Amino acid sequence: MTHTPPFRLPAGGRRIDRAWQVPFRFDGRHLRGLTGDTIASALLANGQMLMGRSFKYHRPRGPMASGSEEPNALLGLGQGGRFEPNQRATTTPLTHGMITRSQNCWPSLEADIGAINNWLSPVFPAGFYYKTFIHPRPFWKHVFEPIIRRSAGLGRAPTDPDPDRYEQAYAFADTVVVGGGIAGLTAAREAADAGGTVLVLEQDGHWGGRTPTDHDGGQAAIDAALADLRGRKGVTLRRNTMATGLYDHGYLIARESLADHDPNQGIPRQRLWRIRAGRVIAATGALERPLSFACNDVPGVMLASAVRDFIADFGVAPGRRIVVVTNNDDAYRTALTAHAAGLEVPAIIDARPLADGALPQAARDAGITVLTGTAIAKVKGAKHVEGVVLCSHQGDGRPTQTIDCDVVAMSGGWSPVVHLYSHCGGKLIWDEGQSMFRPDPDRPPLGADGQGNVTVAGAANGDLRCAGDLEHPEAPTMPVWVMPARAPYTLRAKMWLDFQNDVKVTDVELAAQEGYASVEHTKRYTTLGMATDQGKLSNINGLAVLSNALNQPIQATGTTTFRPPYTPLTLATIAAEAKDDAFQPLRKTPIHAWHETHGASWEPVGHWRRPYAYPRAGEDRHTAVHREILAVRAGVGTLDASTLGKIIVKGPDAGRFLDMLYTNMMSTLPVGKCRYGLMCNENGFLMDDGVVARLSDDTWLCHTTTGGADRIHGHMEDWLQCEWWDWKVYTANLTEQFAQIAVAGPKARDVLERLSGTIDLSAEALPFMQWAEGELAGIPARVFRISFSGELSYEIAVPANRGLELWEALHLAGADLGITPYGTEAMHVMRAEKGFIMIGDETDGTIIPQDLGLDWAISKKKADYIGKRAQRRSHMTDGTRWKLVGLESLSDKVIPDGAYAVAEGVNGNGQRKTQGRVTSSYHSPTLGKPIAMGLVRHGPSRMGQVLDFPMPDGTVMQARIVDPVFYDKEGSRQNG
Amino acid sequence: MLILTCPYCGVNAEETELHPGGEAHLARIGPNGTDDEFEAYLFARKNAKGVHFERWRHAYGCGKWFLAARCTATLQVFGTYRAQTPHPPADIVEAIRKARPDWTPDWTPAEGTAE
Repeated sequence: MTHTPPFRLPAGGRRIDRAWQVPFRFDGRHLRGLTGDTIASALLANGQMLMGRSFKYHRPRGPMASGSEEPNALLGLGQGGRFEPNQRATTTPLTHGMITRSQNCWPSLEADIGAINNWLSPVFPAGFYYKTFIHPRPFWKHVFEPIIRRSAGLGRAPTDPDPDRYEQAYAFADTVVVGGGIAGLTAAREAADAGGTVLVLEQDGHWGGRTPTDHDGGQAAIDAALADLRGRKGVTLRRNTMATGLYDHGYLIARESLADHDPNQGIPRQRLWRIRAGRVIAATGALERPLSFACNDVPGVMLASAVRDFIADFGVAPGRRIVVVTNNDDAYRTALTAHAAGLEVPAIIDARPLADGALPQAARDAGITVLTGTAIAKVKGAKHVEGVVLCSHQGDGRPTQTIDCDVVAMSGGWSPVVHLYSHCGGKLIWDEGQSMFRPDPDRPPLGADGQGNVTVAGAANGDLRCAGDLEHPEAPTMPVWVMPARAPYTLRAKMWLDFQNDVKVTDVELAAQEGYASVEHTKRYTTLGMATDQGKLSNINGLAVLSNALNQPIQATGTTTFRPPYTPLTLATIAAEAKDDAFQPLRKTPIHAWHETHGASWEPVGHWRRPYAYPRAGEDRHTAVHREILAVRAGVGTLDASTLGKIIVKGPDAGRFLDMLYTNMMSTLPVGKCRYGLMCNENGFLMDDGVVARLSDDTWLCHTTTGGADRIHGHMEDWLQCEWWDWKVYTANLTEQFAQIAVAGPKARDVLERLSGTIDLSAEALPFMQWAEGELAGIPARVFRISFSGELSYEIAVPANRGLELWEALHLAGADLGITPYGTEAMHVMRAEKGFIMIGDETDGTIIPQDLGLDWAISKKKADYIGKRAQRRSHMTDGTRWKLVGLESLSDKVIPDGAYAVAEGVNGNGQRKTQGRVTSSYHSPTLGKPIAMGLVRHGPSRMGQVLDFPMPDGTVMQARIVDPVFYDKEGSRQNG
Repeated sequence: MLILTCPYCGVNAEETELHPGGEAHLARIGPNGTDDEFEAYLFARKNAKGVHFERWRHAYGCGKWFLAARCTATLQVFGTYRAQTPHPPADIVEAIRKARPDWTPDWTPAEGTAE
């Protein structure tokens, strides 16, 4: 029969407001719905049953459900940055001017070319891809994969940035009740009576769950429960909030829709709640299961509860002539609802031999034909239900009669929503009497105290009749996993289990036949339950079919793992405000603003931004770096070194502690002097380096690398608190308390002496590797004679808030000397010219100081230091370890950083053997040639030898092994 | 995400406030240790399924390292305590025994158990 209007019923629809029409678009067509509609109910009200195409075979599909378990009616919503794919039409409220689009079809939903897959479906069984595309091997990469990739994925990702705002919030409650139906509201009242705070979350915009739809007086009962709860202190009710996942120690994640319906309100569109629950009561209800009969996927075959919801909640007739097929009493409600709405119900098909409970009796009283022991052999129709062919349920499908209809309302029983209970380790049991998995009360998820922290209430607990006085007795559900019971292959091959991924009864049977005994393997082989509904709708049907095929009880098959989120969370909600500038904190030195106004090109260093260089007009970064280096080498430059870690170590045992921390001796360092130190971890690997200054008898100042400050401070505290806790030492990380400026170059002293001050900066009074304290340019300062550039160099530390003042004073004083700010890249090149190592370039977490020729900085006298024992392990003392050398390119080209030097022969994978690699590589403007450092096997004893470095383009670069110190080997410049 | 109580500042700290530090109560092997002893100290971990002692730093709080006794299988927390102890204190041992009667400490070579 044909699908005929009117589709909006003249009366009824508790959620809609008939006074307010809502215009919207579907695939370009202008349609109208009503306030309170979902997209699905509005489309049905316009006679649009076809809402999507299945993923694999592109079969035409209508809505199956009325909630979040919907597998078919998935639409693309909105446009531009607000476009969202795969939105469930059944749960998305209709909004004014909404633009909706069908998916997985081309050129149109009605005429989809991809539907050719449907005709080919007999050759696309489970595992088809695995079996077919494996040979010939090279075809996978070049032929099959590109084609399959193009057709993969359901819906299209948006291409523009999301313009909306999202936020996160925290909440704490003694009890969180998930689910605002009759069971949840009752549990909330009991929890409130017992004391403590109660938070109730409801996924829908309406309270009450199924109760108002299914029971006379249901709405009144819900209203009374809500009124009671609203009057209580400590009870919070939150609608439109989906609890998506439960994690360790009662950590519950929920998504609240705030302005999904109107993103232009100026409030955040969604809010992610991060809740700590003392305990959780899952009152999440149950989901109806489909029945597996042939062609159960034709548009117009729907869950009985969904048909009931569309009629009762939205005043929409999915069809005019509705056949109900069931294995339980509950579906009779649908027949009664349809009948009461003036729709035809030609028959109720009940697989059970007997149906004589109160609801079947009411149906008979209403004049509806009830056919017991009967099954659907086949649904007639392609793009829409045209009728059903009936047969005996216990038979093999031989037709007994045909009934014309335009909707089939099916019910295969109900499955408790056990997701939250299962997310965090709760176990399930198979309830044979009710044919369902329900939470095992003896094996709940556990909290920090080892006690169960989740209880389950109502239908989620298998208590399908939890509405108390509103309930009437119902006869038990009869398990029906295949209809009819002895259906032959031809019928089973048309029974859909997973409607989105096109997994049929025969696919699961094939998996079992091919040895996929584990439910997790069958899931992945057939894609059962891997669609966007994650098996909510019909995984139990699939498990039952698998169990039958394996000839074992369903409990033995078990379920696949329930993983959060229950329904998809958009990435925008997870990220919330942590994006753009707020993605992570930005650390700025006290001189940051000056760098910015002087054209700094930034380099991110951890959370810091440091000037890489200061390009002038017409300069690129490379040119600027060269100019800066030459300016320092010939005159004077300044570097903002404020980001260097500065940690004070103080106390009677501070010297002893530092002797353990550094490879060299720090306890003997005289007050007023500086010493370069290396820090290793207990594995012996070099982890940080820096200059240590002894400030007083019991106080040392340890400089660390920029990235190492927090980590090294943590490392110190770890050893002090957990190993040598009786040592009298304090540490303090003063990195941000001081600004530090390096003044480097042959004219550095000239500039500093022009500033007023109390510190004698002469070579005699303040020689290399000493420090002095006093006043400089009116600012209290510590001046360290240390050098990372190889030039005469002073690093001046002043209180952070005076850093900019000193920097500007230096530039004023040195203007006529050409004082030049230089950035991190100039610093890097200059240190490489001097053969100084850089943590992170020459080290990578597997390098010991001995590899880098730093034996001079390793004390031979100390009995112990962190890493000493490890450096005696056989692998560390192996003479074939790669060691630091300089590398001189034989051409005028810079060898790429990281390039490998090859050796003779190939390894087991047919790759050339290697004998070294480049760790730092630059063009040196000072020397006018490329310079590099690298680690080479037996390197220091191979001076003058030439190594080959193959390049990705097939050419080979060559470099000669040389001393790593390219510039001022004697150190006369820095010592001057 | 675990919640552990910092024994120094008393805060019930979220896991995001904490920095994990691996197994607790490792005895450091210094320069005089044998290869086998040192290898065991550096690399061999109990990786227990069940009662476990581990190091945590209240990194985004008071900065102190502390130790936690918990069950790695059920995430039950038996207690947290200060790091300055070579072995878990008596009250922690008692709390574990109350919840896990079969469990025995492995640091005191009591009758019938080996170190």
